[in-house]
Amino acid sequence: MVNLMYTQAMLKLIYHCFLMYLTTTSVAHAAEVVAPPNRLSSPSHIRIIAASCAACHGTQGNSVSITPSLAGLDVGYFVTHMLAYQQGEGNPTVMHHHAKGLSVDEINLLATYFAQQKRFNPTELKSQTLQADHD
Amino acid sequence: MTNSAISNPRRHFLKLAAAAGVLLASQPSVALGRKPPLGRVVIIGGGYAGTTAAKYIRMWSLGNIETVVIEKSSQFVSCPMSNLVLGGSKSINDLTFNYDLVQKNHDIQWVRDEVMSIDTDAQKVMMKRGEMRYDRLIVAPGVDFDYGHLTALAAPQAQQHIPHAWKAGWQTVNLRQQLEAMPNGGVFVMTIPKAPYRCPPGPYERACQVASYFKTHKPNSKVIVLDANPEITSKKGLFTQVFNEPYAGIIDYRPNNEISAVDIASKMVTTDFERVKADVLNVIPPQLAGKPAQMAGLNNIDKRWCEVDFLTYASALSPNIHVIGDSVSAGLPKSAHMATSQAKVCAAAIVDLMSGNAPDAQPVFANTCYSFVDNTQAIHVAHVYRYDAAKKAMIAADGGGVSAKPTAQEGQFATAWANNMWSDVLT
Repeated sequence: MVNLMYTQAMLKLIYHCFLMYLTTTSVAHAAEVVAPPNRLSSPSHIRIIAASCAACHGTQGNSVSITPSLAGLDVGYFVTHMLAYQQGEGNPTVMHHHAKGLSVDEINLLATYFAQQKRFNPTELKSQTLQADHD
Repeated sequence: MTNSAISNPRRHFLKLAAAAGVLLASQPSVALGRKPPLGRVVIIGGGYAGTTAAKYIRMWSLGNIETVVIEKSSQFVSCPMSNLVLGGSKSINDLTFNYDLVQKNHDIQWVRDEVMSIDTDAQKVMMKRGEMRYDRLIVAPGVDFDYGHLTALAAPQAQQHIPHAWKAGWQTVNLRQQLEAMPNGGVFVMTIPKAPYRCPPGPYERACQVASYFKTHKPNSKVIVLDANPEITSKKGLFTQVFNEPYAGIIDYRPNNEISAVDIASKMVTTDFERVKADVLNVIPPQLAGKPAQMAGLNNIDKRWCEVDFLTYASALSPNIHVIGDSVSAGLPKSAHMATSQAKVCAAAIVDLMSGNAPDAQPVFANTCYSFVDNTQAIHVAHVYRYDAAKKAMIAADGGGVSAKPTAQEGQFATAWANNMWSDVLT
C-alpha cells in the first residue's frame, strides 16, 4: 500500500515536472512562431482550429458568456491547462474531449495564437420578436 | 472587428437597390467602377453555415473579397435551443435575431430574395427579383424535407395540424401551443426518420423536453417515440438512462418503427408493426440537401446529399461551387457547430485559393453538441475531427466522448455555447 502510494506520488511529480518542461519550452517556442509553422501544412491550420473554439469561447477568443475568453491569455497558462485536460485532470466537463484530439504542437501554436489576439467587447446581440412573415 | 476597404456608398447603393427590388446584381462593383481585387463570392443561405462563411471570408481576406449573401428570410431563428420552446423554458423570441450587425460589422452585401435557378456554366444565380454573377459560389441551404409516401403532409395546411418543427419558427410555436392545449392524460407521438438527418440527438432532446413539461404540468400524459432507426442515434447511453429514470412511465421509446402512413384528421400513425393514435403528433420527415443544392444538381450521394472535397468544401461535381452545412454528405453530425466549423475551413480555403495560396492540407476542427434533458440540466457529445488524407474524409480523433451524466453546470455551458455561437455568427 505504502509502495503503491509512493509510486503514485512519484508519477504525479514526474508528470508535473513534465508539464513544467512543456510549458517552459512552449514559451520559448512561442517567440519563434511568428513565421508560419513548418511542421504544419499552412498558416490557415491554426486559424481554423482556433476559429472552431469560437462556439464556446467567442470570435477570436472573446467570450460573451461564462466560458473564459482565450484572447490575450498567457501562453504558459493556456498550455498547462490544455495538457492537464489531455490527462483528464482539472475536473473538466468537456475540455478533455477537445484537448485529447489535439497534438502538443497544435496546443502550443493555439496558445501563441490566442495570446496574440486582442481583447474586445463583442457587440451586444439582442433577440427580437419573430415576425409574421417568417416560416 | 475587421472593417473592409470597400466603400460604404456602394453598400448603401446596394441596399437602396435591394429595397427598391431593382437589383443591379449582375455587376454591382463594375457599375460603380470599383472591384475588390480578389473577386466575388456569392453565398446562398443565411443560416449557421452561410452567415459564418460570409463573416470569415470578409475577415480573413481583409475585405479583399466581395461577399454577397442571398437569404429569403429577414430573421435568423436558431434551431439549437428551440426544443426548449417545447419544454416551456424558452420563448421563440429568445432565439430570433436579425442580420444587421454581421452585415454592418463586416460590410457584407445582403440580398433578401429567393433562388430560382443556378447557371453553373455562366456562373450566375437567378433569383425572383434579379440575378447575381459569382467567381465562387457557396451553397448553404440547410435541409429540405422528403415527404415521400406521406405526400399529404407536404401541404402547409396539413403542417398546421401536424408540424415538423424541425426548422425553428412558427411551427415550433404551433407545436408548443398544441402541447399546452392538450388535456392531462393525452398522448404526444413523434416520429424520427432514418439517419442521416439534421441534429442527430435533437429528436431525443425533444422527447425529454416534452416529457419534462408533462411531468410538471400534465403528469398523466405520455410521449411515444417512433424511431425508424434501430437504436438511439446519438448519446445513446445518456438518453437511455434519462428515458428510464426521470421519465420512466412517461417516455415510451420504440426503435425500428418507421412511419409508413398517417391519417391527418385523426392523427393516426401507421408503421410496419402497429397503429398509434396521437393527441399531438410531430412527424420529423426524412431529409435531403436544401433546394438550391438540388437546383445545381449537387446532391449526387443517394440523390440526397452533396459530395465535397473536405479541404475546400468544393463540390465533387463543380469545382467553383462549395457546399457547407447540413447539405454535405459526410459521416459527420449535421449540427450547428459542425456547420460553422465547415464554413470556416471553406472560408479559409476560398481566401487561400483566391489569393493564390495552397489551402490547409490537414484541417482540424471541433464539434460540441449539447442537449437539455430538462429545464436546467444538459449533456454533451464532443469530438475533434482531423482530415485523413488516405480516406479523404474528416475522422473523429481519439479522446472525444460524452458527458458522464446530466448536470446543471453543463446546462450553463450549453447556454454559454448558444450565446457565443449566436455572437460569433451574427456580429
